[in-house]
Amino acid sequence: MSADAGHAAHGPASHGHGDTEGGHGSVKSYATGFVLSVILTVIPFWLVMGNTLDNSLVTTLVVLVLGGVQMVVHIVYFLHMSTKSEGGWTFMALIFTITLVAIMLAGSVWVMYHMNRNMMPMSGHEMQTKMR
Amino acid sequence: MMHTDTAPPGSAAPAFFVTDEEGHHSEGSTMLGFWLYLMSDCLIFATLFATYGVLGRNYAAGPSQKDLFDLSGIAVNTAMLLFSSITYGFAMLEMDKDNQRRTQMWLAVTGLFGIAFVTLEIREFVHLFHEGAPPWRSGFLSSFYTLVGTHGLHVSFGILWLVTLMVQVRKYGLVAANKRRLMCLSMFWHFLDLIWIGVFTVVYLIGVLE
Repeated sequence: MSADAGHAAHGPASHGHGDTEGGHGSVKSYATGFVLSVILTVIPFWLVMGNTLDNSLVTTLVVLVLGGVQMVVHIVYFLHMSTKSEGGWTFMALIFTITLVAIMLAGSVWVMYHMNRNMMPMSGHEMQTKMR
Repeated sequence: MMHTDTAPPGSAAPAFFVTDEEGHHSEGSTMLGFWLYLMSDCLIFATLFATYGVLGRNYAAGPSQKDLFDLSGIAVNTAMLLFSSITYGFAMLEMDKDNQRRTQMWLAVTGLFGIAFVTLEIREFVHLFHEGAPPWRSGFLSSFYTLVGTHGLHVSFGILWLVTLMVQVRKYGLVAANKRRLMCLSMFWHFLDLIWIGVFTVVYLIGVLE
């Protein structure tokens, strides 16, 4: 990438003009990102609207994976994130945020799912079988 | 105050404020700082996604995603936001070439796509209200409106910011300060598109399954 040459010359604190130029990418990078994004948007809509896979669990997983891939495409080609931008600090912040988001999402859903199952009002029959 | 601030003869006039706002140092730290803001915004959306993940199937005998959502409308909405992302990219490329007129043109196109997105979303919300699905109907709808509404509000403020910057660029040209602001908005705009990927994947597509 053209941005790397600019970053190698400057430390994290001193940003020259070459740096700001490299930050926006090129027509090529935007076009690549756009084409990939369109493909990664059309496929999940097609899968769900056309009920193509005929299996909602598989469709859910495929759609989730495609969404994740599209997010990475946006970060790389539109936000021009790399491990080297701003001396690596933006990447560190991103990794930290992804960790927190993963804990928050997975933790909330997991904990609340079990709460929901265990705190559900039980029918008389269920109550009797549990008591035994 | 009774100070006598007269500089001794021959010395340079004292500077009471920072005259040069856009040192290159501040530009780098502005970008990093703005990125950190986006990451904190990301956490807000993560909590809203988690809330939706927990409440999303609690219908209280009300309508479900399958009854309410029109996926072809959402596809159009998605296209609007995706187009606006690439047109903002073109604006940034023209900004690099210091072509003010074309930068403004692409910014205007981006704004129009943004307005189209918000308009379609408001229309969808109005439609849902008429269908008997206001936010207070069920846990699913409360979390749905909070998540999607927060995103829509972000886009609306992004449009306001975009218009403000277009006025700034028109008035002062593509000076360093305006370029820095446009770069911040660029990150904000692409970030909102990224959040929308999560919304249409989790809320709309997976929502209508099963």
